[in-house]
Amino acid sequence: MSLRRTTKQKLYRYIVYAVLIAIVVWALVSADWAKLGPLFFNPEVAVKMFPGIITTALVNTLWFTAVAFVGGLLLGVLLALMKLSEIGPFRWIATAWIELFRGLPALLTIFAVGFILPIAVGVRAQELGGPVVLGLIGLILVASAYMAETIRAGIQAVPKGQTEAARSLGMSPMKTTFWIVVPQGFRIIIPPLTNEFVLLLKDTSLLFVVGTFVWSKELTTFARDASTQNSNGTPLIMAAILYLIVTIPLTRFSAWLERRMARQR
Amino acid sequence: MITELIDVHAPAIDVQGLVKSFGDNEVLKGIDLTVTKGEVVCVIGPSGSGKSTLLRSVNLLEEPTGGKVLIEGIDITDPDVDIDRVRTRIGMVFQSFNLFPHLDVMGNLTIAQQRVKKRSKKEAELIAHAMLDRVGLAEKADAYPGHLSGGQQQRVAIARALCMNPDMMLFDEPTSALDPELVGEVLQVMRSLADEGMTMLVVTHEMGFAREVGSRLIFMDGGYIVEEGDPREVLGNPQHQRTKDFLSRVL
Repeated sequence: MSLRRTTKQKLYRYIVYAVLIAIVVWALVSADWAKLGPLFFNPEVAVKMFPGIITTALVNTLWFTAVAFVGGLLLGVLLALMKLSEIGPFRWIATAWIELFRGLPALLTIFAVGFILPIAVGVRAQELGGPVVLGLIGLILVASAYMAETIRAGIQAVPKGQTEAARSLGMSPMKTTFWIVVPQGFRIIIPPLTNEFVLLLKDTSLLFVVGTFVWSKELTTFARDASTQNSNGTPLIMAAILYLIVTIPLTRFSAWLERRMARQR
Repeated sequence: MITELIDVHAPAIDVQGLVKSFGDNEVLKGIDLTVTKGEVVCVIGPSGSGKSTLLRSVNLLEEPTGGKVLIEGIDITDPDVDIDRVRTRIGMVFQSFNLFPHLDVMGNLTIAQQRVKKRSKKEAELIAHAMLDRVGLAEKADAYPGHLSGGQQQRVAIARALCMNPDMMLFDEPTSALDPELVGEVLQVMRSLADEGMTMLVVTHEMGFAREVGSRLIFMDGGYIVEEGDPREVLGNPQHQRTKDFLSRVL
């Protein structure tokens, strides 16, 4: 049989699609919906979650992520510049910082800030802002270590000619960094930064280790508690869907930005 | 204030015994070069002869290993000199243009005016428009560098340098990265600058430009200035064997 190459390729593709659809349909049909339905897709439990799951849980998750992201970013820029500095001690401090908080599980860092820091400073946790603030500080430390490396890579990816052009126009090293190098570095690292944002969004679920109040529950804690109270998994499924509603458009947006920047170059 | 230290009678550029090494590799082996105001000095030579390093040493993009570089009487190798201040008097044009890709043409032309010369946005844009007009790109103010041809990018780069009102311009092989049909428009702009009396030091492979526009031609090889003089003389009747060899290869 001598099919044209494009026809053949099309044929293969249809076969692959058909197999995939068959697998999905089989999985859906063969699942035990009689059991799954009431346990994880229970409308009565779902209705009870509103509005709290949005107004408290989702809002808190977004807030915590935003605070940790901005804090981590600012600290990350500082660490990246320190790591690229010609001054030895700056480099050493930045390296130690990055290695420490990148090497520890986020959970442990948050725990350490929440419980060890207050004792070390010799005050009660409340005086340092309470568990929410301490937890967020922990998350910022984790975020800063990851972002510092990303930002450093971005800064180093900016061609040397850009610095030379800026310096030749009389711009100081500081102005060159601020107005020329960093803005271009950031364009390069938008995709990895989006990735950091998504990771942070999920890491906010670790804040529970320092303790939560009713008003400070984020999505995972909220869903887990609600799930226990109702002896039903529906809240967890709802939380999962809400996470995806935030993260998927975000990664799409990042891809779009990346394409737009590519055109600008 | 550095302005008060400028000696109006001093040459624009005065290079004395300039030595530059990269590790063990001595690229410049004692260069003496004086460029007086209004002169257009072209530097030619084989690749690796040190001509770009010489040019880049004049605004301290390369830190000399030895010797002095005086700009309008100020020794810029003196660590106490505010080099940023001196650099605003020296326009630099690169082979690879080095426009800022994240800024549009107007942004490229105004950023240093605003951040270094502390001009207002309005004043900076006024000057930028005038300079864009001068390089024939008045209608490209809103374009991003990535959307311009190489020739247009290089003309924008020249305009960007001119916006700082420099006393002199350095050109580092300004047409070497251009498609042949785009070389002419850049040379035309450089020619008009020369006609207006701008002091220029030009590293180039464009012998036609050197002959017609240059007031002096320098031939470099192996880190030395081998020969210099009137462009027509050097090109038409070279005195040194190395100059003859080089010219026979490129002409």
